[in-house]
Amino acid sequence: MTAIATEGLTKRFGARGASGGAGGRPSAGQQRGQLAVDHIDLVVPPGSVYGFLGPNGSGKTTTIRMLLGLAYPTSGTAAVLGVPIPDGVTRVLHKVGSLVEGPAFYPFLSGAANLARYDAADQTADPGTARARIGAALDRVGLLPAAGKRYRHYSLGMKQRLAIAAGLLRPRELIILDEPTNGLDPQGTREVRSLIRQIAADGTTVFVSSHLLAEVEQICTHVGVMRTGRLVFQGPLPELRRTGAVRVRVQTADPEAAVKVLAGLELAQAQAADGEASAILGDAEPERVCAELVHAGIGVRGFGVVAPSLEDLFVGLTGEGFEVDGR
Amino acid sequence: MTWVRFFRSELRLVFGRKRNLGLLAVTAAFPVLIGIALKIAAPHGRNGGANSDAAFFNQLAGNGVFLTFIALSSLLLLVLPVVVSVVAGDSIAGEAGYGTLRYLLAVPAGRTRLLTVKYATVVVFGLCASFVVSAVALVVGAALFPVGPVTLLSGQTDSLPLGLLRVLFVTLYVAAALAALGAIGLAISTLTEHGIGAIAAVMILVVTSEVVDNVPQLAAVGPYLPTHWWVSFDSLLRAPVETSVLLRGLLSFAVYTVLFCSLAWARFTSADVTS
Repeated sequence: MTAIATEGLTKRFGARGASGGAGGRPSAGQQRGQLAVDHIDLVVPPGSVYGFLGPNGSGKTTTIRMLLGLAYPTSGTAAVLGVPIPDGVTRVLHKVGSLVEGPAFYPFLSGAANLARYDAADQTADPGTARARIGAALDRVGLLPAAGKRYRHYSLGMKQRLAIAAGLLRPRELIILDEPTNGLDPQGTREVRSLIRQIAADGTTVFVSSHLLAEVEQICTHVGVMRTGRLVFQGPLPELRRTGAVRVRVQTADPEAAVKVLAGLELAQAQAADGEASAILGDAEPERVCAELVHAGIGVRGFGVVAPSLEDLFVGLTGEGFEVDGR
Repeated sequence: MTWVRFFRSELRLVFGRKRNLGLLAVTAAFPVLIGIALKIAAPHGRNGGANSDAAFFNQLAGNGVFLTFIALSSLLLLVLPVVVSVVAGDSIAGEAGYGTLRYLLAVPAGRTRLLTVKYATVVVFGLCASFVVSAVALVVGAALFPVGPVTLLSGQTDSLPLGLLRVLFVTLYVAAALAALGAIGLAISTLTEHGIGAIAAVMILVVTSEVVDNVPQLAAVGPYLPTHWWVSFDSLLRAPVETSVLLRGLLSFAVYTVLFCSLAWARFTSADVTS
């Protein structure tokens, strides 16, 4: 059974749909009544750690809101743990822990009282074990010493960890984390990452959104990449790596001449830049390419076969950071 | 039952908040102030008792029990509506403002279930506020004025226990009025994520309704206003009780409650939660 499956899931914020208020960090595109999520077909395999990547405003949060039954799709379907959403929300979400758009708790309650509040709202939770479960969840995120402290006095990292504790109040089959390291310092980021690893090691499927590839590539088995509401890539992480073409790079005093040789070997995209020539390696053998270069009298100072970094692939899929999609 | 657990959690949240406890404390202070003021002013026989308030005031000098009716009818003008508006207006909007609404729904609390818990708590809070007024007024009335058999507005005299029973029913009637206002507040609360906005909107509604109700030229719409039947509880202080008036009042409360709870439900179960 797929942990998350959507078919043609679409959300269009119109004049009517946007009436809920301005608190939801809607992108400029959404406010103009445009597609926030455009026919996406998510497939999240059970047991995977699925990185849901994309720049801010690419529709990640809106998608997560639909998966949790907070927002209703304009069209398309979604199923979480095999149960259709939003119709089956109350039948399945108790198996799903979530962190959406940052932590939110009652500032005048303590950390423990806040967790008790959410646990009391859960119709399937056993009140008899609530105290023990709250203690265990707080312990797991290292907040037990601050259990009685008011949420108002928590630091940002503590707030974030309390939100993760809320997601761990019960054994979950799926954890959905929306930008779990937003606003955290490097230390906090590392802590959250190691928490995610632990959760995944227990066999829980983790669906984690981020606008930073580097943040999740170390822990993800699968990735989905969003760009302006569309899912532009989805699959196992190694598959994303394979989409990048391996290039040969030649450092030489005369890149132009080297490019001619590379092109002569029928390598694609031969080009010269910054004192080096490069081309897509394709099926050619690097040894032979090097030999041909030397044979043609090119002074080869350096020769390399390079796979593109994930970062390059990610940026290739989502566009440069400063590039504003004209929607 | 899990609904009860959620409801208890909501009661703890609402009754544990300093703001709400402060409101109840203020509510409790008013009967004391009114009692002292009336004791000092000693208003017996000053006017002809043309309206029910004046009638209460005339009776008070002879019987402290009447302080409950005086306090309830005075506080129904503004203080009790404010108390209920705050809790009802904040019910959904406040959760949206904190962002806790999205987590409650993702728990999942269930939208309809959450709404019923919220409304039940608003009703309990209104009930509680009404009884605070009655109880404090009764104590202060007994301390400052003589207490004995209760002379009704229609002239007959009830024994003290029967008189106290009438106090109980009057208080419940007021709580019913506040429950109807609570339903309006709940509906408004589903429209926004700014608690203070919802609270203000409910208050504006109450004041507007009271003003319109006092314009003679608009008498035709009076009976349909949400506040029109609020002080009709003086019907309970007559023998026999004017049941036709009471029933019309209760019918008005029931209609407002059903109508606005339905609106709240329709809105809350269909709208995206964007907070």
